[in-house]
Amino acid sequence: MTRHDGYGDRWFDRDAGPVVRPYALTRGRTLPSGGESFDLIDVVVATSDRMPEHFRPGPEHRRLLSLCRRPTPIVDLTSEIDLPLGVVRVLLGDLISEGLVRVLSTQKQPATDQRLLRMVLDGLESL
Amino acid sequence: MALNHSDGAPSTAKILISGGFGVGKTTLVGAISEIRPLRTEEPMSDRSVGIDDTRGVGAKTTTTVAMDFGRISFPSQLVLYLFGTPGQERFWFMWDELSIGAIGAVVLADTQRVADCFASIDYYEHHGMPFIVAVNCFDDAPRFQPDDIRIALSLGPGVPIVLCDARDRDSVKHVLVSLVRHVMSRSRRPDRMSLG
Repeated sequence: MTRHDGYGDRWFDRDAGPVVRPYALTRGRTLPSGGESFDLIDVVVATSDRMPEHFRPGPEHRRLLSLCRRPTPIVDLTSEIDLPLGVVRVLLGDLISEGLVRVLSTQKQPATDQRLLRMVLDGLESL
Repeated sequence: MALNHSDGAPSTAKILISGGFGVGKTTLVGAISEIRPLRTEEPMSDRSVGIDDTRGVGAKTTTTVAMDFGRISFPSQLVLYLFGTPGQERFWFMWDELSIGAIGAVVLADTQRVADCFASIDYYEHHGMPFIVAVNCFDDAPRFQPDDIRIALSLGPGVPIVLCDARDRDSVKHVLVSLVRHVMSRSRRPDRMSLG
């Protein structure tokens, strides 16, 4: 929303663009701390919301945690929180290191699982 | 791709949609799925390291890609994602990212600009990713037989070619079903396993 303050038009909120450069949210880190690599369609879930004493979560950490209370694919989290994927990966890495989030699945190979392929086929045909 | 049975977690799968600029990738995805936005802002690709002098650079150099993806939820707790691959060469790193764990790819072709899809076909052949070619039949475009298209694209007999209308939901459904059937038959053949 653009607001008018009586001193000429100024930009506020989203119209002004990001106030902080994206990787400032990660304190400059571009890779997850634990070295994890997450696929877009890996599913993550929050396992606890009790913060360890030494952990100082930022607002984005908290938003991510609340978004993945139920098992959620990373691509949906990223779309929902409206942050770049690289940033979400770093923040998720922090939450995983602290034991607050768990990755439910990782698939690093091309998909050849016949059961899943059958599920996809049945799903598409029923559309 | 991930198969989940526990905790109410969804199983997830993804299919890539490639082809030249303006061939109808977004139209195809939108015809069958809910479209959602995705922001990616990735660090400089590995290829820059050693070429560009990055020493002493305080701020990270990033490449921003805003892209859409399609999402289809099925009652079986399965979510299928459709990712259009970005067209420009500088986004190759995104292709690698998107390809991991994908079921396969649809290369959308336009008979008026056949050469536009060569790069996609090369990529998938090179990476052993199963794909089919879907020829988007625009109203005013000349119609060709799939055999002619096969020759024009130098495609082997193993790659299915389907004609489609990227605006039409049933047509797009047929394209995706053809891809999944192709992948299933391909992965059952042991001699092709090494490719995929």
